[in-house]
Formats: sequence, structure tokens, C-alpha cells
Amino acid sequence: MNDARTAILERVRGALHGTERAAAPVPRDYRTNPARRPVRPDLLDLFVERVEDYRARVHRCTPAEVADTLATVLRRRRTVVPDGFAWPVPQPVPGAGLTAAELDRIPAVVTTATLGVATTGTLVLTHGEGQGPRAFSLVPDVHVCVLPADRVVLGVPEAVAALDPHRPQTWISGPSATSDIELDRVEGVHGPRELHVLVVT
Amino acid sequence: MSRTFLGTPAFPEAARAALADPQLRRNLAHATGTIRGKRAAVVSELEETGEWEQLRLAGAAIKDQTLLHLDEHLVALEESLVAAGAVVHWARDAEEACAVVASIAHGHGFDEVVKIKSMATAEIGLNEALAAEGIAAWETDLAELIVQLGDDLPSHILVPAIHRNRAEIREIFLREMAGAGRPAPDDLTDEPARLAEAARLHLREKFLRAGMAVSGANFAVAETGTLVVVESEGNGRMCLTLPEVLVSVVGIEKVVPTWADLDAFLQLLPRSSTGERMNPYTSTWTGVTPGDGPQEVHVVLLDNGRTRALADEVGRQALRCIRCSACLNVCPVYERTGGHAYGSVYPGPIGAILTPLMRGVGEDEQVDSLPYASSLCGACYEVCPVLIDIPSVLVDQRAQVVDARRGQVSHVGEAAAMKGAAWAFGRASRLGAVERATGLAGKFLGRRRVDPGGRGVVSRLLGPGGAWSEARDLPAPPRESFRAWWRRTNGADT
Ligand code: SF4
Repeated sequence: MNDARTAILERVRGALHGTERAAAPVPRDYRTNPARRPVRPDLLDLFVERVEDYRARVHRCTPAEVADTLATVLRRRRTVVPDGFAWPVPQPVPGAGLTAAELDRIPAVVTTATLGVATTGTLVLTHGEGQGPRAFSLVPDVHVCVLPADRVVLGVPEAVAALDPHRPQTWISGPSATSDIELDRVEGVHGPRELHVLVVT
Repeated sequence: MSRTFLGTPAFPEAARAALADPQLRRNLAHATGTIRGKRAAVVSELEETGEWEQLRLAGAAIKDQTLLHLDEHLVALEESLVAAGAVVHWARDAEEACAVVASIAHGHGFDEVVKIKSMATAEIGLNEALAAEGIAAWETDLAELIVQLGDDLPSHILVPAIHRNRAEIREIFLREMAGAGRPAPDDLTDEPARLAEAARLHLREKFLRAGMAVSGANFAVAETGTLVVVESEGNGRMCLTLPEVLVSVVGIEKVVPTWADLDAFLQLLPRSSTGERMNPYTSTWTGVTPGDGPQEVHVVLLDNGRTRALADEVGRQALRCIRCSACLNVCPVYERTGGHAYGSVYPGPIGAILTPLMRGVGEDEQVDSLPYASSLCGACYEVCPVLIDIPSVLVDQRAQVVDARRGQVSHVGEAAAMKGAAWAFGRASRLGAVERATGLAGKFLGRRRVDPGGRGVVSRLLGPGGAWSEARDLPAPPRESFRAWWRRTNGADT
């Protein structure tokens, strides 16, 4: 395959031969546009509104209310709990070492999120402490995500700037969905069909 | 296995066949109309602030800068990927790329792989190539599943089963699922939610047992070696997460220089594509992460005609394309003919330039007819999130087709060819006026085009293709007079 490498790089250079290759600056004013502020005074309100737009369920609570809210949402469902997840749940299943097939038999999972993105209503998981490997928030049918309010940023530029590309990331905007059948939106194909977000203020 | 596009008739004849299918036309009109409405709503949010235009300019500039230094970025991407634990392969063409994927599967003794919808793997005919090697490739995107089970061809980049309605999908599932794995439930209705549930159960079995997945990538970050897949259903996450081995086939134009560059594209793509502020799931991964996801990660960097397109100074901008499919949904030709008529995995306006750019003109009638599969109304350019001037590239490609075919056949005379061209462009500019009057480019919401006016447009649209198909064996008019004529008539009508 080394031949292919050499050949492709040569073709690229050949294709660009005679083309002015001087670097031109990329205009980045989309990041600093003065209109880029929450359309409402409260960033959090915007985040909540946009998450609800995807028909995910948002629960606002104080740190002291997290455990009760989790219990209400999860009911008696068995729940995968990743290492480092700080709150108690009614029916915990320790996440460490679970295979995909085992995950498939557990109805719910709790995780934290690294960031919330207000303008798009997105949760970003980076799969460290409190979040577990990528399969955790994917295979069970109910995903309950706890997000401290101070982790909500304005938009995609702020999120990208804050994230470490060397960590695997999952950006979640509402429950999984398809519009493949006559453009009718159906929530829940392969990912969790139910998404709850606990915003902790 | 899905059929390939080999032997598809040239666009005009294929389009005529598609136009004769009223069900297909209804489905397409509904689908493209719905997506246009959703897109217009979320794009206008950013248009009001001026961000959309700023994002488009940035997106186009990033891609242009990358293409002008593609060799350097590819070498950097390779280095970052290797440093992150990935194995990098290079493939000059479809055959080499398919051979790489097959040999990885064989090396592990796998006789099946799960797949995420990907234009690159469709382009190289990977499923057929793997089948020939005794490896089953299971499509896991709902629409692709419908297409694959129906032994059909995808008709749209974004919603490949747009030509099937719910009743047809139910029948395909009931008939074909059992032969491919877990059968559909007997009491399956044509409710979209029930159909999606049947697909969920059918495919979950495959996700849990698959040892290897094959994906494409929407972006590949040179600086870090990060790959990005943008999706809706979660089948992508399943494929990228559960199997031990992951192979991603990535066109060399997918590279972006830095992680930070993604902040433009992750705004442009979902809004322009599915008409959402953000698509449900975006996955990024950088090589191998111990204890999380695939522990063997391969990336196949694919040329397959991209360097040929890069060499075309007018056409190379087509390589900026982020495959959002917005240009398809605003195209009056596409709305009426669907994707099959283009005879390529890349349908619609972008396909009409990308296919001839990647494959070259003057050899294949089907390819040569594509630059004519347009009315040059300009709606595609208006929506393109990376500002690809498709109409200008189409005109340039037409000139190249004419050049390539010059002197190929007899001498019936310039006048006859010119007559065909005049017919086409005369109607094309008139069509542009019709589209502007009905607000195609601006206000998409609630528009239902089953009106007689719509039909009138269609019959006129078919004309240019028909005229071309009759005229294409004639000697071509000289390039200069063609262009002079084009400038004059275009100027007169607009
Ligand atoms: S050409 Fe532009 S509008 Fe069409 S699919 Fe590509 S990026 Fe989207």
C-alpha cells in the first residue's frame, strides 16, 4: 500500500501544480458575531427550551434534590451506574466490566455530561468519570443524564474550544430519531428511546 | 445485495422513466418539501444574525485552504492517526479500497460486517466486493436497510428510501427480514414507529454479535487524527462502539486541518442537512481508546477520482462538499426525477458535477449527460453551506463534454446541435423565472407542487435532456461560439 500512498500524494501535487498555494486567512467572525448571546437573558432557559424541543425530558433540581429526582425518573428499573457517578439510584448495577450483551439486558443508565450546549440543546459526553465507556449511554433504553448548570456553554464554538479531541466524544441532541419513513419523525431507533436531563442548579 | 448503477441509461431516458412513476414523484415531492421547510426554519435563525453567511464563508475558506495543501494535510493526518494507535491505508481506487477492507475481515476470519451508511463505501461498491469475498455487509441505517432488503438502489444522499412509502416498507420487512436474520413481527403495521421498532430488534442482534464495523467519516482532523461521524438513529454509535475492529473509508477531501475548524462545520452540516439545530448523535474518536470501543482501528484514505477533480481548476470546489444534500432538495429536476435517474451514488446537482469530475468526460454517455441534468436555476448554489457554485461548474463541464466529444462522429452540422442547446437554455432560463416566481428559493413552507404549472415545467425540463440525447452524437459547436451564445442569452433573459 506504500505504492498507493506515494501515488496519491504525487497525484495531489500534480493536480495542484501551477496553482497559487499561498495561505489565505479563514474569516472567523462567526465566532465573534455580536448577536451571539442567548436570545433570552438566561443561558440555562435557552438550553432547557432547546433540549425540550427534541422531546427529551428536562428536570430542574437543586443538588439536594438529585437523588429524589433520579428515583422518580428511574422508578424500580435496574440502572447501570458508571464509576465515579456521585448520586444513589434505586436499583444500581455497577458498570465496570459489563459486556454489551449484559448492557442489553439492563433497562436504564445514569451518566453525567461534560458540557451542555445551549443554542443547540446538546449534551456532550467524553466518557470519563461518571460517564463510563461509550456503550453505557447507548445500549440501555433509558438514559438519565445529570448536568450541573455551570457546565452549560453558549454554542458550538464554545463547546469545541473547551473539549479535548483526544477523548472519545458523544454529542447527544435528544433521543435517537429517524425520519426515513416518509419523513415522519420517529423517536428511538437504536439509541436510548427515552432521554431525561437533570439540570442541577 | 443492492444492485449497482452499472448500465443505467443516460439521464434523460432514466428521468423519463422516473417521471412516469406517480408514486415516486409524490414521495419525492413530499420528502423534499418537508426537508426544505425544516431547513429554512433553522437556517433563518442564523441568517437573522448574519452568522449563516459568516459560517458559509468560513466553511468554504477552510475547505479551499485544505484542498490547496491537501498533500501536507494528508501526511499530517496519517501521522496523528498512527500516533493515536490507528492503522492507515491508502487506496488509489475502489478496487484497492475494497481489497483492504476484505483483507482486514479475512485476517480475523469474519464473514460478516456491520455498516454505517456512507457515500464513500457506496461509491466503491464495497458491499458487492465483500459479498464476492464471502463476507456479508449488513447496512444498519434504517433507510439503507429498506433499500438493501428491497434489493433496490438508494435515491437520495440523506434519505435513500425516500422513494418508498410506509406500506411498501412494511411489505419489504415482512417479506425479507427473516431471510437476513431476526424476522419482522407477524402483526407489523405500517405505523412508522412500529416499522422502526422492527428494525431496532432486527439490527440489535447483528450489533451485538458483529466483530467488525465499516464506516465512512464526515470529517477527519489532520492535527489530531480525530474522525467524526454525524448521524440520527444511533446505528452509527452502535457500529463505532460495539465491534472490536473498526474500518473507516475516508475520501481524501474529508480532511480538515484543526479540531477548532469543526466549530463551523458542526453548525453548517446539521442545519443544512436534516434541518435540525443539531443532529441527534455526533461521535468523535481519535485512534484507539483503551477499554472503550474498538481496540483495532483502521482508516482507508481513498482517492478514486478525487485527485482528478482536484486538478480541475473550476471544478475542484466540488470537493468542498460536506454531503448535506440541501442542493438535492431544492433542485426542480431532482424533485421530479429522483436520484436513480442520475445513475450514480451521487445524485442531484452535486452528483451532476462530482461524477463527471471524478470519472472524467468523453468516455461514458451516462456520465457525459449529467452536466445537462439541470436547468441552471441556481437554487443549489443559494443553499450550499460551503458555497459551491454548481451552475458555473455545470456550464464548464458542459463545455468539457463538448470538447471531449468534438470530432467523434459525423458532420450533420453545427446548427442542429446549437438548436438543441438553444432549446435547453432558453427553457432553462425561463424555468429559473418560474421558480423565482413560485418562491422556490425563498419560502419553502407549505408549498405543494401538484399544480398544472408544475407539470408544465416538467415537460419543458425533459426537453433539454431529450434534445441533448438526440444531439449528442452530432459534432459539437466550437467552444467559443457556445460560450458567447450562452453569455448573450443568459444576459438577455435575466
Ligand atoms: S454541494 Fe453543497 S448543498 Fe450540495 S450536498 Fe454538497 S455541501 Fe450540500
